[in-house]
Amino acid sequence: MSITFINLVYILAALLFALGIKMLSSPDTARKGNFISALGMLIAIIVTLLYSGLDYKWIIVGGVAGAIIGTLAAKLVKMTQMPEMVALFNGFGGIASLLVGWSEFHMYVQPTSAAPSTVSLITIFLAVLIGGITFSGSLVAWGKLAEILNSKPWLFPGQKIINALLFAGILAAGALLVINPVGNYPVFIGIVVVSIILGVLSVVPIGGADMPVVIALLNSYSGLAACAAGFVIDNNLLIVAGALVGASGIILTNIMCKAMNRSLANVLFSGFGATTRSSKKVEGEVKPISVDDAYLILEAAGSVVIVPGYGMAVAQAQHVVRELGELLEANGTEVSYAVHPVAGRMPGHMNVLLAEANVPYEQLVEPQDVNPKMELIDVAIVIGANDVVNPDARDDNNSPLYGMPIIEVDRAKTTFVLKRSMAAGFAGVDNPLFFGTNTRMLFGDAKASITGLVSEFKG
Amino acid sequence: MSTEILFIFLLAMFLGIELISKVPSQLHTPLMSGSNAISGITIVGAILAAGTSSDSLRIILGTLAVAFAAINVFGGYIVTDRMLGMFKKKQGEVQK
Repeated sequence: MSITFINLVYILAALLFALGIKMLSSPDTARKGNFISALGMLIAIIVTLLYSGLDYKWIIVGGVAGAIIGTLAAKLVKMTQMPEMVALFNGFGGIASLLVGWSEFHMYVQPTSAAPSTVSLITIFLAVLIGGITFSGSLVAWGKLAEILNSKPWLFPGQKIINALLFAGILAAGALLVINPVGNYPVFIGIVVVSIILGVLSVVPIGGADMPVVIALLNSYSGLAACAAGFVIDNNLLIVAGALVGASGIILTNIMCKAMNRSLANVLFSGFGATTRSSKKVEGEVKPISVDDAYLILEAAGSVVIVPGYGMAVAQAQHVVRELGELLEANGTEVSYAVHPVAGRMPGHMNVLLAEANVPYEQLVEPQDVNPKMELIDVAIVIGANDVVNPDARDDNNSPLYGMPIIEVDRAKTTFVLKRSMAAGFAGVDNPLFFGTNTRMLFGDAKASITGLVSEFKG
Repeated sequence: MSTEILFIFLLAMFLGIELISKVPSQLHTPLMSGSNAISGITIVGAILAAGTSSDSLRIILGTLAVAFAAINVFGGYIVTDRMLGMFKKKQGEVQK
């Protein structure tokens, strides 16, 4: 097959990737968009297999093994585990680029090979560096999300100095490699090892609550790693596809940081949650409410906003919540779900969990849509959310949450907070909402409380 | 490598930022899993590494790279499809 034909097909594949992402701009077309993107991948793989002189044996072995593992993982994963899966897949993207870079390096150091150009060596170095950091950083993120590793930030004295020294060292090693590749195979292996260590060290100081930012960032790195591999083998399709993924990750990282009102540097280096404490003592009285009384108020409500947090998914309460929503609607109440960008453990996670529970996507609203009309809402029901409804983020400039956009349920006519106990949220900050005059605390297991409300409505 | 390839990279980044800022926040999880699948494009480089050499280390590296990239391609697209299939309109309305 001629190289020109192959390159033309690669252009088509790149267009299909771009078109597929464009169709993700609406839930109506998104599924078709994903299919178009997959079609782009299919033709890219087929046409690559048409390169003359390929030995298919090992390609088939690797391809079939990957296809089986990937398909099983995609079919078996629970929607609550999506952050773990994305984290792991970010890492696989990274290691694949590292391996491609290594393979190219190995080819260049053979005695029969022509001397590699400086540019080739720099791109190999970048593919290995970015790929290695992405791989091990993603594995640590996965371990924290899956709670195999302690999700608390792990800080030790001299951490930043050690990271800086390692980074300086790896750059020096890279320079050495570019100057003399053939005699420096051990240096190359050193670069592989140190890049993997760097990935681990850069993710361990980041706490579990910040993982949405980290997996978005690693998503971006995995794209840039594919880009670097594209530079190594001089392939435009890898560069375009990698750049699309890289851009996506950067945008999501930015959105997540804004939603938490933190800079990326603050997320990456500060070990948030390890040290911060609100100085203010919250005053006021906690007013509990029973399921029976809550039912009477909901029965009479004209509009209800449900604010789900990750606690709802942990309690597996999304299905009964949807049932309650439907019963309220049948009772003439207007129901919407206000989803904060950092609800859940990755960008958009809560929307997927609600979609899985058959909540129609038109009912899902964002904070900026619901906040302006909050005074008109009869009842706001907070289920397993805490920091994202903390009024201190708006009112108290000493609060570590200050400046974070919140869902202002404290301004609704009545707010129910479903909570197991009075424990603080992820950030370890007290929440004055619980002591608000319009707030009623519905203590107990969220799923049991909602189930109670559902049976009252049915009863 | 020519500077042309850097030019393509920058244009593609620009295109990516334009396209992705239009993806609504409710689709951000499928966007990320779909991105995982697209980053599996490294499979193209992996295929060439695994299939063009008789050197055993290059074959091992290439085969592993094909396997990891294939996990991303298959896993990424299938799980994204699974998720997007869950996004439904209100009952009674026909999905476009």
